[in-house]
Amino acid sequence: MSTQVASPAAASRAKQPAPRRGGGSHKLSAGDKGVLAVMVGIPTLIQLILVWIPMVLSIALSFTKWNALALSDIKPAGLSNYDFVLNNYPPFWPAVEHNIIWLLFLAVVATPLGLFLAVLLDQNIRGSRFYQSVFFTPVMLSLPLIAIIWQLMYARNEGLINNVLGTANGPNAVDWFGDSSINLWAALIAATWRHAGYIMVLYLAGLKGIDPSLREAAAIDGASSGQTFFRVVFPSMRPINIVVVVITIIEALRAFDIVYIINRGTNGLELIGALVVQNLVGEGQVIGVGSALAVMLLVVSLVPITFYLARTFRRGD
Amino acid sequence: MIDAFSKKSGDTITINTVPHNDFQNNINTYLQGSPDDAFTWFAGYRMRYYAAKGLVAPLDDVWEGIAGNFSEGITKASTADDGKKYFVPNYNYPWGFFYRKSVWQDKGYEVPATFDEFKALCQKMKSDGLIPIAFADQDGWPAMGTFDYLNMRLNGYQFHLDLCAHKESWDQQKVKDVFDNWKAILPFHDPAALGARWQEAAQTLAKKKTGIYLLGSFVTQQFSDKTVLADIDFFPFPEMAMEGTEAVEAPIDGFMVSKKGGDNQAAKDLLAFAGTAEGQDAYAAVDSSNIATAKGTDTSKFTPLNKKCAEVIANAKSISQFFDRDALPAMANNVMIPALQGFIKNQTINTANLESQAKSLYAQQ
Repeated sequence: MSTQVASPAAASRAKQPAPRRGGGSHKLSAGDKGVLAVMVGIPTLIQLILVWIPMVLSIALSFTKWNALALSDIKPAGLSNYDFVLNNYPPFWPAVEHNIIWLLFLAVVATPLGLFLAVLLDQNIRGSRFYQSVFFTPVMLSLPLIAIIWQLMYARNEGLINNVLGTANGPNAVDWFGDSSINLWAALIAATWRHAGYIMVLYLAGLKGIDPSLREAAAIDGASSGQTFFRVVFPSMRPINIVVVVITIIEALRAFDIVYIINRGTNGLELIGALVVQNLVGEGQVIGVGSALAVMLLVVSLVPITFYLARTFRRGD
Repeated sequence: MIDAFSKKSGDTITINTVPHNDFQNNINTYLQGSPDDAFTWFAGYRMRYYAAKGLVAPLDDVWEGIAGNFSEGITKASTADDGKKYFVPNYNYPWGFFYRKSVWQDKGYEVPATFDEFKALCQKMKSDGLIPIAFADQDGWPAMGTFDYLNMRLNGYQFHLDLCAHKESWDQQKVKDVFDNWKAILPFHDPAALGARWQEAAQTLAKKKTGIYLLGSFVTQQFSDKTVLADIDFFPFPEMAMEGTEAVEAPIDGFMVSKKGGDNQAAKDLLAFAGTAEGQDAYAAVDSSNIATAKGTDTSKFTPLNKKCAEVIANAKSISQFFDRDALPAMANNVMIPALQGFIKNQTINTANLESQAKSLYAQQ
């Protein structure tokens, strides 16, 4: 998550020196070259160890069968893992569907909600900082705490929601976790609760960075506050908007923790991320199948990432 | 128990305690890295699997000294495919139908011996306004207990083992029969099962909302109220087609020695000690919710329920280890959990798909 946030800033920072120096790399002294080599080399090495090597290994393993014991037990399997996932693994297609629903829900509900909160809290209302902390807290909470909080909300007989609805302890009690037609929405509300706070903080930063003279100019030209926001303020936050779009897509693709704490991603809560975790690191470890799932997720994730990178670089030219 | 052994032998033992689930997930890496000499594990598929892979040391020399301490069922469960023993049992807990004696007395229920009597009992409970069978399957594994018992009672213990080892096909009438019989009793189960954990289902039994609950004897940990606890009894899964009640689901926890530890006599001595009544008493002094496996352990502190559990296990001809221990973990976790949850929800099961998944997954090993 943090790399996604940091990368645009880092990318634009890295680009700036080049035009200023006017392509004078041949003028660098030996010492400069050494410093440059270290500065480029260390991040590249970290990237290589943490990103590229595991990625290449995952791709390789997805074409093998392996019991995760000795390396000599790795056997080639061709496309059989992919065939298994696509044709024989019942949770796979529901997981794809749920990931798409997840993405739409975040894009249509959670992200706009985060923007809305940011705009509200940017109005210098009293206690703004307090509300900011409140809405941002879910982003920082650890997983076990999140589990407890939502258990308290959703539990069938003891939960807050069913008690407020007055259905607790009765036959009409809503089974938020167990009923596979609604548990996805219950999980999405929990996800929104976290996602909105995250987006809010990004947009708050964006709103603070807008030159007040822009708003003044709009006001002088007679724009209403709605027009000012949608025609002037929002478009001028374009860099943030792109980051938010990418974050929303990535969050939807890698979503897994909330369903995992509910029931490990079964019974209506299948998500690709949860299937990857179950097959790669869980008790039911099947390296080949897990890797195949991870590679599929990777390929899908590459689409928004490529899109994002293409845009960033084009702007730099 | 470790203290008791150190005192007796003068060997120094260091203990490395890890949370159960983490250890279970990391066992593969653990055994290949630098494992401790002896470690706790359980009987079943993976015990035999690691034995076949040569990652653990055979303990036949240890067993020479302790063989007399264990029943036939437990001895069988400690033996791997090559006929050698790799496992020293420590304790286990039987699965059965737990109920509240006071409810049964009030309503005049009697322990059913056959499956037909069992269904009649459920019907009666239903008309008395109870949910007959408490049930919770949000976590996915508890339903495997029902599956195992139906399978063993219908098709026998050996079929259970062969099915778990995938020597038998899933796509056959015997397996379909299991689900058909299950379908007959599914309406008696708590309909809220998929959104509840076993702790919640245990509470429905304690509150007298449900009549019986099929679970391991660890269910009693949930009854903190002493009067409730004293009111709990259990009966074995009733007889069906193949065999009576001589096969019991009673997962055994115990000790194994890593390949490296096989050369360490102290590790073996420790396990030999663990396999005696004295060693198991020392263990039970700390944790009394389980039943020691060795003969001659101190039963004076046993509640009547403990005694009954111990008796059922002692009389068992075969002891199964629960589906997720007897079968390939991937089969249990990745295939059976969703399949059984789907069955509970829709009352349909696709045995052809179970078989094709089993084929792919067992071939990965």
